[in-house]
Amino acid sequence: MKKYTDTGKKDTRSGFGAGLTELGKTHPDVVALCADLTGSLKMDEFKANHPERFFQVGIAEANMMGIAAGMTIGGKIPFTGTFANFSTGRVYDQIRQSIAYSHKNVKICASHAGVTLGEDGATHQILEDIGLMKMLPGMTVINTCDFNQTKAATLAIADHHGPVYLRFGRPKVANFTPEDQQFEIGKAVHLQEGSDVTLVATGHLVWEALLAAESLNEQGISAEVINIHTIKPLDNKAILDSVKKTGCVVTAEEHNYLGGLGESVARVLSQNYPSPQEFVATNDTFGESGTPAQLMEKYGLNADAIVKAAHKVIARK
Amino acid sequence: MPDINYLNELVIQVRRDILRQVHKVNSGHPGGSLGCTEFFVALFQVLMDRNEGFDMDGKGEDVFFLSNGHISPVYYSVLARSGYFPVDELNTFRLINSRLQGHPTTHEGLPGVRIASGSLGQGLSVSVGAAQTKKLNNDPHLVYTLCGDGELQEGQNWEAIMYAAGNKVDNLIVTVDYNGQQIDGSTDTVLPLGNLKGKFEAFGWDVLEIPNGNDIEAIIKTMQEAKSRTGKGKPVVVLMHTVMGNGVDFMMHTHAWHGKAPNDEQLEIGLAQNPETLGDY
Repeated sequence: MKKYTDTGKKDTRSGFGAGLTELGKTHPDVVALCADLTGSLKMDEFKANHPERFFQVGIAEANMMGIAAGMTIGGKIPFTGTFANFSTGRVYDQIRQSIAYSHKNVKICASHAGVTLGEDGATHQILEDIGLMKMLPGMTVINTCDFNQTKAATLAIADHHGPVYLRFGRPKVANFTPEDQQFEIGKAVHLQEGSDVTLVATGHLVWEALLAAESLNEQGISAEVINIHTIKPLDNKAILDSVKKTGCVVTAEEHNYLGGLGESVARVLSQNYPSPQEFVATNDTFGESGTPAQLMEKYGLNADAIVKAAHKVIARK
Repeated sequence: MPDINYLNELVIQVRRDILRQVHKVNSGHPGGSLGCTEFFVALFQVLMDRNEGFDMDGKGEDVFFLSNGHISPVYYSVLARSGYFPVDELNTFRLINSRLQGHPTTHEGLPGVRIASGSLGQGLSVSVGAAQTKKLNNDPHLVYTLCGDGELQEGQNWEAIMYAAGNKVDNLIVTVDYNGQQIDGSTDTVLPLGNLKGKFEAFGWDVLEIPNGNDIEAIIKTMQEAKSRTGKGKPVVVLMHTVMGNGVDFMMHTHAWHGKAPNDEQLEIGLAQNPETLGDY
């Protein structure tokens, strides 16, 4: 097994902030908009370096999405920043008409996704955003797993023409992606080779999948681990190649099982290579207040849950 | 500036285009289109500084956004007759495989359109963004927007109105089609807009009014005044009092023709009131 080292826990939102800071220096057309959450989104450094390219819109997310769409006309590359809940559900029609249907080059950058937002509770913990965004024609949907990958993704989406939803989070999590790893939109990252079961994970669940693979290995089960950072367009080939080898799959995400990565994988398999699949995801429920670790445990979103799902899916082969 | 006789002839021809477009497909929105015909002709023929051809980025020229996208028939007619696409293409309005969708969109690549609109309340925010990009690009040109009055019931507008004043977006002229009508009735009966002038002023905008928004010379005069007020730290709004259905007597002063097409007989009456001037498509 490959050994992955946590180089120190960091929040993925800080990876976004670091990426945005770098883009400020390298991409003069990048502009940033924020709806009163500059500190939470780690946009302070970009704001300090480029006050003329930073736009504080106040608590008015619908207006922010419209302004961002308008700013593309004349060649700017707007990055909007707010929580995932306010980046998607609150402004769905604005994104749909002014950004997606109008094919505007807006990067919707969303922090505090999922239950790991923690104590603020369900009003702020969106678990439906991947589904909302992947259903929009032409929208690229990315959910990164750690600081380094989030930074790399932030840089990569600036050079991709078209609307993008970039999802990341609040808690400090293991940072294991090599700092120099290029981010290729739509290209899965193979983390472990295995033969008994495929673990397909996105976002914060990728590290948990690596931990699960170690546990499974100790039990004599060989798990392949794939990091799907881009949910749309999905790397169908990577998934199919792996499942053809292992014969079953566990998908893992910090999102409702309805509309998330798991459903996208199920569609690919049902059309090409029907196989047993288990879903590690929230079960059509809202979240609640608690620490991130408590919530991941309660809602079955950790390595233990992935191990259990792996046993279950292998038994179904 | 084209002479006034030509502008008046174009207004009549555009009215014919509007009636014929919606009649052919028995759908679309003639009322608001007819009410804004003089405005569109003035905007595209006189007021805007436009480049030849169409470029999405609109650098080095004035740009326009239609927020109340349902009045697409007047928008399409004036775009075509201002050279953005062949006038004959008006024949395809709302038909399958057309670039002239029911509501305007960039999706089919229709020259002249820079944003999709139809779901109301979004165009003002888009215009503010485009205006701010013009400033970043050191482009001294202006951004024009047309909003419906009923559309101002959408809350997003007021976010944009607050933002534009707070950020001194003063290269923007918003015109409100103030016809007092919406689908379910008059704006006063559906949801009163109250003192619109006072509201814009309270938000920090420079407000002008056109008492007769179907008088093209009055439109040109007030819009020129609006242009002279740009660059002074405040966004500018023009409350343009129009008559819905203007130019077709049975369609005037009522919301009944907001989204309804004339039948064959009604079309003939409407066209007879607006005899062909520059040639039908």
